[in-house]
Amino acid sequence: MVLQAIAFYLLAATTVGAGLAVISARNPVHSVLFLILAFFSAAGLFVLLGAEFLAMILVVVYVGAVAVLFLFVVMMLNIDFAELRRGSGRYLPIGALVAGVLTVEMIFVSVYRVAAEGAAAHSNGPQATTGSVTNAEAIGRVLYTDYVYIFQAAGVVLLIAMIGAIVLTLKHRVGIKRQDVGRQTARGAATGLRIVSIKSGEGIDA
Amino acid sequence: MTIGLGHYLAVAAILFTIGVFGIFVNRRNVIVILMSIELILLAVNINLVAFSVFLHDVVGQVYALVVLTVAAAEAAVGLAILVTFFRWRGSIAVDDASVMRG
Repeated sequence: MVLQAIAFYLLAATTVGAGLAVISARNPVHSVLFLILAFFSAAGLFVLLGAEFLAMILVVVYVGAVAVLFLFVVMMLNIDFAELRRGSGRYLPIGALVAGVLTVEMIFVSVYRVAAEGAAAHSNGPQATTGSVTNAEAIGRVLYTDYVYIFQAAGVVLLIAMIGAIVLTLKHRVGIKRQDVGRQTARGAATGLRIVSIKSGEGIDA
Repeated sequence: MTIGLGHYLAVAAILFTIGVFGIFVNRRNVIVILMSIELILLAVNINLVAFSVFLHDVVGQVYALVVLTVAAAEAAVGLAILVTFFRWRGSIAVDDASVMRG
């Protein structure tokens, strides 16, 4: 139990610290790396909760795909980040005020109302969810039966996002030679071949 | 010393506020704003998973999966818009984006 608490506080502190570093790092590449750290430790929290499948998905999707996408964009675009930081301190006091009030309110509500008096108040711990069934199997049993339409809708969302990203970034340049497969296959003996009779002593002019 | 639901909700609340604060502070830098949105969605996911586990109902994790999908799609489309905007303006300062107004 003590070990679990130590692991929780370690992972939670890492998550929050990495989150703070994401928004305060001067170099956006560092921001992305801290984002990866935040997601990693959040995945650790999920493992601690007993949601291993989601933890692994978090690592695969975020660290494997989204973070690399961010790194790609940050490094690909030649951006003057020093210029972007100019005047960013203007909203610091009001932002800190709003954030502080928001944190206090949400922690108060979640700790003293939801967790202490809500439906989960009498829960007997996080572990006894599924018994002998593994976490991935439990999710699969629900996801592919009762929630199959939501699952399909998630697929459609991904497809549309993919098409949208391609349409947004695809650029047709003029003046570039491209392979035209239609013209290549339509070319036959009739159009590609010419029989000329050459008189001796003279060349041919094309 | 027992770690209860409240602990996880508190972590999620702090992470959510960090995300909101990040949007306030880095108002001009779209990349950091997108990362802040990812942090906010991560906080939502922590909430969903914590409730799912403590209420012994796996449906919350299904919804966390959906949130994850939408977050990935949002990041892809957001970065694509960012790349297009950068090609057009040569900068990613979002307070210039109001020139797109009709």
